[in-house]
Amino acid sequence: MQFSEQWLRHFVDPKIDSEALGQLMTMAGLEVEEMNAVGGVFTSVVVGEILSTEKHPDADRLKVCQVDAGQDAPLQIVCGAPNAEAGMKVPCAVVGASLPGFEIKQAKLRGVASHGMLCSARELGISEEHGGLYALPDDAPVGADVRQLLGLDDTVYVIKLTPNRADCLSLAGVAREVAALTDLPLTMPPSVPVEPTIDDRRVIALDAPESCPRFCGRILQGVDARASTPEWMVRRLERSGIRAISALVDITNYVMLELGQPLHAYDNDRLEGAIHARMAQPGEKLLLLNEQVIELAAGTLVIADDARVLGMAGIMGGEESGISLDTRNVFLEAAYFTPDAVAGRAREYGFGSDASHRFERGVDFALSPVAIERATALILEICGGEVGPVVQAESLAHLPVRPPVTLRPARARKVLGIDLSDDDMASLLSRVHLDVVREGENFRVTPPSYRFDIEIEVDLVEELARLHGYDNIPAPAPQGHLAMLDRPESRRDLWQVKRMVADRDYQEVVTYSFIEEAWERDFCGNAQPIRLANPIASQMNVMRSSLIPGLLGVLLTNRKRQNPRVRVFETGRCFRVDDAGTPVAGYDQPVRLGLLAAAGTAPEQWGVAHRNADFYDLKGDLEALFAPQTLSFEAAEHPALHPGRSAKVLAAGKPVGYIGEIHPKWAQKYELGNAPVVCEVDVDALLQASLPVYTAISRLPAVVRDMALVVASTVQAMALMAALKQAAPAIVRDIQLFDVYQGKGVDPDKKSLAFRVLMQDTQRTLEDAEVDAAVSALVQCAQAQFNAALRG
Amino acid sequence: MNELDTLVTQARADFENAADATQLDVAKSRYLGKGGAITQQMKTLGQLGPDERRAAGARINAAKDQIETALEARREAIRDAALAIQLSAEALDVTLPGRGMGKGGLHPVSRTLERIEALFRSIGFEVADGPEIETDFLNFTALNTPENHPARSMHDTFYLEGADDVLLRTHTSPVQVRTMREHVAQYGDREHMPEIRVIIPGRVYRVDSDATHSPMFHQVEGLWVGEDISFADLKGVIADFLRKFFETDDLQVRFRPSFFPFTEPSAEIDVAFMHGEMKGRWLEIAGCGMVHPNVLRHGGIDPERYTGFAFGMGPDRLTMLRYGINDLRLFFEGDLRFLGQFR
Repeated sequence: MQFSEQWLRHFVDPKIDSEALGQLMTMAGLEVEEMNAVGGVFTSVVVGEILSTEKHPDADRLKVCQVDAGQDAPLQIVCGAPNAEAGMKVPCAVVGASLPGFEIKQAKLRGVASHGMLCSARELGISEEHGGLYALPDDAPVGADVRQLLGLDDTVYVIKLTPNRADCLSLAGVAREVAALTDLPLTMPPSVPVEPTIDDRRVIALDAPESCPRFCGRILQGVDARASTPEWMVRRLERSGIRAISALVDITNYVMLELGQPLHAYDNDRLEGAIHARMAQPGEKLLLLNEQVIELAAGTLVIADDARVLGMAGIMGGEESGISLDTRNVFLEAAYFTPDAVAGRAREYGFGSDASHRFERGVDFALSPVAIERATALILEICGGEVGPVVQAESLAHLPVRPPVTLRPARARKVLGIDLSDDDMASLLSRVHLDVVREGENFRVTPPSYRFDIEIEVDLVEELARLHGYDNIPAPAPQGHLAMLDRPESRRDLWQVKRMVADRDYQEVVTYSFIEEAWERDFCGNAQPIRLANPIASQMNVMRSSLIPGLLGVLLTNRKRQNPRVRVFETGRCFRVDDAGTPVAGYDQPVRLGLLAAAGTAPEQWGVAHRNADFYDLKGDLEALFAPQTLSFEAAEHPALHPGRSAKVLAAGKPVGYIGEIHPKWAQKYELGNAPVVCEVDVDALLQASLPVYTAISRLPAVVRDMALVVASTVQAMALMAALKQAAPAIVRDIQLFDVYQGKGVDPDKKSLAFRVLMQDTQRTLEDAEVDAAVSALVQCAQAQFNAALRG
Repeated sequence: MNELDTLVTQARADFENAADATQLDVAKSRYLGKGGAITQQMKTLGQLGPDERRAAGARINAAKDQIETALEARREAIRDAALAIQLSAEALDVTLPGRGMGKGGLHPVSRTLERIEALFRSIGFEVADGPEIETDFLNFTALNTPENHPARSMHDTFYLEGADDVLLRTHTSPVQVRTMREHVAQYGDREHMPEIRVIIPGRVYRVDSDATHSPMFHQVEGLWVGEDISFADLKGVIADFLRKFFETDDLQVRFRPSFFPFTEPSAEIDVAFMHGEMKGRWLEIAGCGMVHPNVLRHGGIDPERYTGFAFGMGPDRLTMLRYGINDLRLFFEGDLRFLGQFR
């Protein structure tokens, strides 16, 4: 909603400046988004009439003009505008005038004296138009001040209205608010019924009264559609962002802006029989004013005559029944269409209009008869003609009702936390024309027809807060019931984990939850991803089922920008179709942690040999993050990963994620560089912690024995370890793998695994014999199950 | 000078000339060894009479003490010199960087979220979470925004292909209703339900993309429901939060009437700094209001008995203000030169 301050001040004129008026509206919920001065800052520009023009003797493009600027003698002014010609009235900056950016002095242009300057619109800061001189109306009095003539001491307010305040989609509505806030009288435009001079009329049939319960129509004959729109009206329309088109169109737009009632003017000669407000029949077509042909869906409210559809009610009129410059006879419509009948329709068809914007939010249903009279009076004044009677069809049963709402002052005080007296409340509400009646301890408040937003008590509470002023509500220190928050020791804090990840040299990133479909297919093996119905771009069209594609995207971005060292992580939700998913049925949306390392283990450094982070580096990071939980890893293939270098990650025996090196084919296809390693785990598993349980520590000496077992290179070390632990006698407290060796002294298809066995008892010192027995039990187990040999 | 004095002087000189421990041992043996000069002197005592012997013995011992002291002193000096050489050889270039791994950091918005959580926890707010693929019902209908409500056009919503009843949540507000329902399930049978004090950080989605809008962004929802919670309390909490968050009192906070279907009265919260580059400009950072009775009802809570307030703020915006970042898109590009500035 955009409008001129001068126009607003015709309704209500508070003694505050533009800035303060803007502030007042903003703080009442009519947020002023922009305030723009209408003209630039200039002085001493007057109406000048060009008396004659002559070609400049020394310059082809310049003209020497004699200009009557209301002074004793004509001024000679040199001008380069192509449209300068005798008889034209133009803005003339006289010597001494100041314009945006410069001052006018006596000058010589190519040897010819010039006593002023003729101006374009841009030079006066009115618009960007700079093609020629700004033409003033022929009746502009010579010598008159142009600022005053054009009403340039004006500001345009652009306000952002919330959907509940449809009543402010007009000057009258905004003025009503300003009057209430400043407690000043409101001057409404005249609305006197125009006496009919002819008896022509059309029958109006409300065939869908639940959608159109009121319709006013009137015939005007012999109007001059070519009459020119008065300057003041053009100016007000333009400052409201509406281009002047022709008198009849301008008048309907003007009344809509002024009062808030959208109107429609039909060419009466193109109508047949009665006017119907009815639902569209399936398959009916309509050529709209915007020259688009649409097929109407059933359930669309239309205006029709006996022969055909004329327009989409409250949204847009039809081309064929519309007025033109040749129109002589007009049928004028002012109707009330319910919000339900209009809301969403314009969007379904893919367009909207100023009318639909208003109807879907709620137009004052009492306004139709008022607005049609106001428009009639303006048409008569501007276009002349004869006037038929207003035919008003209505279905009272379907008109909105404004039932009274009970306000409990004590409740209002409680909700707002302020101490406002009953009387003050009544007085504030009365200011916005709510009808307030005392009823015992409470008030019975009846809203006016234009307030669609007052239905329940809290609507009144809001109104009170607004009128009292949000600024006047205190902001005390909060008081509540103190209760300590839960701090479960069996669950870690995500922030703590994130800090740990960052401390291990990973930078957190946030990537989009929607990714390219090809990534989802290549890296997740997901051919049936969750697709967006309305993606913002084709490469962001499916929901990610993994964090890995996004992390690879970050790797690519940084490689392109020559940031060589990429170690990143992200936590966030991933999405998969899952019939058992909760809390939204059909979707599983776990929060996961993803890590990617594609760089040296440490920043390039003098003291550490460069080595790219590999599977085991990442695995070590993952194990550290989970500690003291122990993870196990099982070789497993994954679509994104190198088949021989990928594993499933298990915690407490349950799969919680995977880890591995990116498959070389993807590294090549996507130019990911040297073998990035990635892993992804469920955050829920990562946050698990357990309460430590104390076990006795031994004070007796421990015995340590090392043994190196040679096994086939395909043997999984942890499988052997598990078997050893299984077979270990009670005195074995711990077994550690401390070396893996392949090379000289070991067969090429074998490897040597060196274990350190720690033995201890809590009650007594161990004897050599039992230590030897324990070690040989372990060796035997390894021989039996893994064909291991003790390395000499 | 007698013979012994000469001996002592000579020994001192010899010791002083010894360059290292080996030479010193050789020198020592010349005086204190078996055939050494002092030992020789001692052997002459047997030829003397008792009185003379006592006096001469004392003299010899005194000389011996002096020689031993000199020896010890020289020994220490040699040790010190050797150590000094060793230490100087072992000196490091202490300016070389320390050995070890690098350090990553959190995303700047995470820093903000962590702070917001900590500040609200300090006055007893829990942190909750909710799904990002959300039901249309909880995202809109339960929040008092029925089908065709004009407020739905305020959110340009992402929908999923082939599913009418779900969408990408446009705000964190649906978690309000989830939280209320869980709370009622847990405490509904008590005579006085404990208060709900919760904040809900998370990602939200809207069909919008330019320098100030991202199709995915963050929000932090806040909710406080109790038997006596008022709009004034809302103002108090938010004002306190903003001053603590920005660590300054040099800040104006403005509550401006606005409209959200799920709160009433509703307000937009603007802040303006009183100094610095942004001085005097009102910046919109959150929407808030008293929870609408219909929303409380959808959460299973009696709006006559309980009132509450809710707010939804933009941590991305707060992060930009706090660190002077001027382009929202930087948050989601993953450029490490940008992210690395927030370690």
